[in-house]
Amino acid sequence: MDYFIQQLVNGLTLGSIYGLIAIGYTMVYGIIGMINFAHGDIFMLGGFAALIVFLLLATYIAGIPVALAILIMMVVAMLMTSLWNWSIERIAYRPLRGSFRLAPLITAIGMSITLSNFIQVSQGPRNKPIPPMITEVYHIGNITVQLKQIVIIIVTAVLLSIFWYIVHKTPLGRAQRATEQDRKMAALLGVDVDRTISVTFVMGAALASVAGTMYLMYYGVVAFNDGFIPGVKAFTAAVLGGIGSLPGAVLGGLLIGLIEALWSAYFTIDYKDVATFGLLAFVLIFKPTGILGRPEVEKV
Amino acid sequence: MIMKVSDSMTSPEDILSVEHLSMRFGGLMAINDLSFTARRGEITALIGPNGAGKTTVFNCITGFYKPTMGMIRMTRQNGEEHLLERLPDFIITRDAKVARTFQNIRLFSGLTVLENLLVAQHNKLMRASGYTLLGLLGSPIYKREAKKAIEKAAHWLERADLLDRADDPAGDLSYGAQRRLEIARAMCTDPELLCLDEPAAGLNPKESLALNTLLRSIRDEGTSLLLIEHDMSVVMEISDHVVVLEYGQKISDGTPEHVKNDPKVIAAYLGVDDDEVDEAISEVESLDGGQGA
Repeated sequence: MDYFIQQLVNGLTLGSIYGLIAIGYTMVYGIIGMINFAHGDIFMLGGFAALIVFLLLATYIAGIPVALAILIMMVVAMLMTSLWNWSIERIAYRPLRGSFRLAPLITAIGMSITLSNFIQVSQGPRNKPIPPMITEVYHIGNITVQLKQIVIIIVTAVLLSIFWYIVHKTPLGRAQRATEQDRKMAALLGVDVDRTISVTFVMGAALASVAGTMYLMYYGVVAFNDGFIPGVKAFTAAVLGGIGSLPGAVLGGLLIGLIEALWSAYFTIDYKDVATFGLLAFVLIFKPTGILGRPEVEKV
Repeated sequence: MIMKVSDSMTSPEDILSVEHLSMRFGGLMAINDLSFTARRGEITALIGPNGAGKTTVFNCITGFYKPTMGMIRMTRQNGEEHLLERLPDFIITRDAKVARTFQNIRLFSGLTVLENLLVAQHNKLMRASGYTLLGLLGSPIYKREAKKAIEKAAHWLERADLLDRADDPAGDLSYGAQRRLEIARAMCTDPELLCLDEPAAGLNPKESLALNTLLRSIRDEGTSLLLIEHDMSVVMEISDHVVVLEYGQKISDGTPEHVKNDPKVIAAYLGVDDDEVDEAISEVESLDGGQGA
C-alpha cells in the first residue's frame, strides 16, 4: 500500500508537468483548430531559458535564496518563450491561416524541427545538467515525498486556477471563447481576433515554460531533444481529456502521469508507453471526443 | 480612413452613403453601380426579390467582402468619416460604429446570454482591465467598468425581454428569443448604424409586432437602422425610406408610399412581360421625370 501511494505521488508530479504542456495544445486547438506540434519544443526552450538564467544567477549572485532563484527562472523563462511563441505564430502560422487544412500542421512540424536543431547547434547536443536545487525530503511513514514534488504540484495547481479564472471570468477569456466559436462574428463585435489568437499562443507558451523549468528542476538535466517525448505525451493527454477542454487537458495529463508511474511500478517499465497509448486507443474507441470533450452537435 | 466633413459632398443627415458600388463574383455582377444613402435617425429598408444582391451589400458594408468598385462612406455623429470598404471587419465595429446581425442566427451558443452581450463590449472592458493584468489585480477602474457593462447588458436584456434568461447558454433560447438577443448584442457595441438582415424572418405575428416596437424605439433613441426585409408588412409599417434592388441595381428609392406604387417595383415583385415593364417604365418616367431610375 505504501508503495502504491509512493507511486501515486510520483505519478501526480509527472502528470502535473504533462498537464501544463497539454493546456497549450488544447487552447491553440480550441481557438484555431490547429495542432501546434512545435509546442513540445517550446517546453524544451523554456527548460533551456531556465537553465541559462540559473547559470547566470549562480555565477553573479552567489547565495541567492533558492525560492527567489526559482521564481526568477520561471518568470524569465515565461517571458522568453512567450516571445518565441508569439513570433512563431506571427511568422509561421498567421500567414497560412485560411490556407488548406494541412498547411499549418506541416509548418508546425517544420517549426518543431527548426527549434530543436537551433538549440542543438547553439547550445550543443549534450545533456545539460544543473545541480539539485531543492533537496529536502519528507518521510511520512514509509512514504518518501520530495519537496520539489510538492512544489511542482502546488505551482501547477496555482497556475491552473489563474488560467481558469482568465479564460472564464475576464474579457480576454470571453473573447477567446467567442473567437473559438465564431471567429467572424467575434470580429464583427469589435474583437481583434488576430491579437486574441496571439495572446492564446503566449499563454500556452508561458505554461509550457513553467513546465520546462520544473522538468529541469525535477530531473536536473535538459537536452535539445527533450521537447519531443514529453510533447507527444502532453498531446496525448490533451486528446485523452478531450481536445479543446481545459480541465480535460489537466485530467489527461494526470491520468497519463499516473499510468506511467503505476505501470512502471507493477509491470515492466519498457512497456509503459504501450500502456499509455493503449489507453488512448481504448478511450478514443468508446468516447471519440475524449473524456471531457464536448461532442459536436450537428444541427440540421 | 478619417476625413473632414467639408471634403465630402454628402449632407450631414446622411449617415451612410454608398456610391457606385459594384461587386463581381467571377462572371456574375452581384451588385452593379449601386448608389444610395441612409439618413441619420431613420429606418432605411433594402428590399428586392431573392438574389437581388441585398445581403451582398450588407457584406460589403461590414467588411465581409471587399467590393470590386465603389465607395461606402460612414459619417459618424461627431463628424468623423470612415470609408468602410478599406477597413478590416473589427475596426468597422470598433471605430466606425456599424453593427450587424445575420439572416441565419450567429450567436455564441456555448456562451451564456449575458456573456454574449459582454463580448460585444470587449474593447471597452479590455482597456479598463489594462489588457487583463490590472483586472486580475482587482483594479477599481476595471470593477467599475465591468459593473457598467453588466448594467448596459441588463438594460438591453430587459428591452429584449430576456432578463430572466441571462445565465442560460444562448443556444438554449427559442428562435424568436435568439433573434432578439442578436439585436441586443449588436446594440451593446454602441452602434450609430445598425444593419439587420431579415430580422423578422421566421417570427410569428406577435413576435413580429414586438420586433417592430423594439426597432422603432431603437431608432427614436438615435441609432439609425438599415434593414433587409422580405416581410412587406414590416417594411411598410416601420421604414422611413425604402430602396429597392433588382439584379444588383437600384430600381426605386423613396418613401414606402412611393415605392409601393412604383410600377417597376410591382413588376419586379410580381413578374410581368417585358413590354409591360417598358410600358410601366415609360409611364413612371412621364409621371416623375424618371426619378426612380
